[in-house]
Amino acid sequence: MAAIYLWWIGADAADRDLLEQVRQQVGRTFEAPAVLWDDPSRPTGTYDTRRGQHSSTQILRWLAAHQPPGAMKTLAITDVDLFIPVLTFVYGEAQLGGRAAVVSMARLGDGTARVSPAMVSARLVKEAVHELGHTFGLTHCGSERCVMTRSVNMAGVDRKAAVLCADCRTVYRDRLLEGYDQ
Amino acid sequence: MNKERTRVLIVDDEEIVRESLSGWLEKDGYTVETAEDGPTAVDKVNRATWSVMLIDMKMPGMDGLQVLDRVKQIQPNVTAVIMTAFATVDTAVSAMKLGAYDYLVKPFDPEELSMMMEKIVAQQALVRENVILRRALKREFRFRDLVSKSTAMQQVFNLARTAARSQSTILVLGESGTGKELMARAIHSESPRAGGPFVAVSCAALTESLLESELFGHERGSFTGAFQRHKGKFEAAQHGTLFLDEIGDIGPKLQADLLRVLEEKKIQRVGGTETLDVDVRIIAATNRDLAKAVADGSFREDLYYRLNVIPVVLPPLRERREDIPLLVDHLLEQLSVETERRIEGVSHEAMALLMNHAWPGNVRELRNVLERAVVVAAGSVIQATDLGLHKPDAAAPEESIATLESVERRHIAHVLEQTGGNVTQAARILDIDRVTLYNKIKKYHLRETETA
Ligand SMILES: [Zn+2]
Ligand SMILES: [Zn+2]
Repeated sequence: MAAIYLWWIGADAADRDLLEQVRQQVGRTFEAPAVLWDDPSRPTGTYDTRRGQHSSTQILRWLAAHQPPGAMKTLAITDVDLFIPVLTFVYGEAQLGGRAAVVSMARLGDGTARVSPAMVSARLVKEAVHELGHTFGLTHCGSERCVMTRSVNMAGVDRKAAVLCADCRTVYRDRLLEGYDQ
Repeated sequence: MNKERTRVLIVDDEEIVRESLSGWLEKDGYTVETAEDGPTAVDKVNRATWSVMLIDMKMPGMDGLQVLDRVKQIQPNVTAVIMTAFATVDTAVSAMKLGAYDYLVKPFDPEELSMMMEKIVAQQALVRENVILRRALKREFRFRDLVSKSTAMQQVFNLARTAARSQSTILVLGESGTGKELMARAIHSESPRAGGPFVAVSCAALTESLLESELFGHERGSFTGAFQRHKGKFEAAQHGTLFLDEIGDIGPKLQADLLRVLEEKKIQRVGGTETLDVDVRIIAATNRDLAKAVADGSFREDLYYRLNVIPVVLPPLRERREDIPLLVDHLLEQLSVETERRIEGVSHEAMALLMNHAWPGNVRELRNVLERAVVVAAGSVIQATDLGLHKPDAAAPEESIATLESVERRHIAHVLEQTGGNVTQAARILDIDRVTLYNKIKKYHLRETETA
């Protein structure tokens, strides 16, 4: 079985402990090998000077063209703020049923007065699993505790768990049989 | 969920917008396609049905406004949303006059987009539900002007259809407002007498002697004021059906007369000597417990058995709440025609309120509530606040049957409260004149709710 690759593409240096937590939860949830990919290459031309944010859609395009060899799915993790052209911001984006996904930590720390590093990592783990879920063909779930529920604010992210609900797990297994892990 | 059934067409000249926006909506479970310009969009609208269209305002060639105009001609029911830059909000507002549902100023919040889509799906589901109900209504759930899908009422319909074909006397029982007269009319229409007259008489409205002459007619000079010979309702209903409403209210003399007519099928006008053959089918109705009236001696037992050949019992509305959505739809269709207002339905919150009300006045009360709501509703969907119903509370005990007066008093008090004590406005809502309203205010001691 090919592996899920996690690729730090942030501006700052990578936080190895944080990435390790994401790696473990991703591996557990998708019952697949997850590996950290070290590569200094960074997507170019994704920064919009007018908005001061990076286009997540363009990051996905770059990522799809720069898949590490042997990667089944690639999740890029960054510390820059992301947007899609019509929306003010996004926590992340993924190709539905595709290979590439991206999540950002930029907004996971704000909102409340004091957010502990543990809180930020818990949120990042959830958003990482969520976006990868999309690459396996999962759409948004109606259960607000499920990791696949759509989160448009921090309260929503905090409410959900880092795991798939029973329904989504069933759909995930069906998707594997349909070849979404190729 | 209805999301899979919601087909969305995104029209935008920028590829990255089409790509990212369709990705966003697909992850929510919608079925999405895109068009890169106006002509492509119009082509797609010509070839398939769309639930929602997101149209960019600024595009080379055909702009969003022109696309919207063409699309609305092809599919008037499509929910169109205009996407615009802040600088062109004015144009977006004029797009709404062209029939756009809403507009979004780019860039918009993810939350804003998702909430708007959910609102659209909910409203479309409501409209679709209404269409399905309306179709069903036309088929199986009605007996002439009565509608119901409850099992209890369906059994009543079946019994009434069978009874209609017989010649037997029928006794319709049920609380006020349950549709006893509609049932009598329906039976008449389904009977072999449908070509003959249907004559309705309310036995409670007249004194015994007036009712007697009303029913049997009278000869000239038979009593003071009887200047002319007068034909009664029995004669008027010849070869048809005579509906005697509130039969439980007639006195002993009339009970005896009526019994004789039922046995002999002959009548005599008041003050006359001649006997006339009558061929009339009687349908009687009452909201009283006639068996109890027989037991306490106020109603003749022999007449009761004569009338009660086939009892048709109409259940009260609170015992068939599953009929409320169907009735709401049926009544709103009638009221839309009467008031010339296009009302599509009621909001979920309003429906919940209607489903939980105690309905002491049954279907008639429901009709009155809706009639008022149609008048006060601002849009094409009736909202909970338009109903003038209080949330279920202690003031409306579920099972005790309120008197008509107590219901009237409560309703007037409520309307006055809503209008801040403005009698003219309240009278308009209640559809009565101001003098009548003043009299009722006095009668029910509601003066304190009137503000100076
Ligand atoms: Zn998502
Ligand atoms: Zn789920």
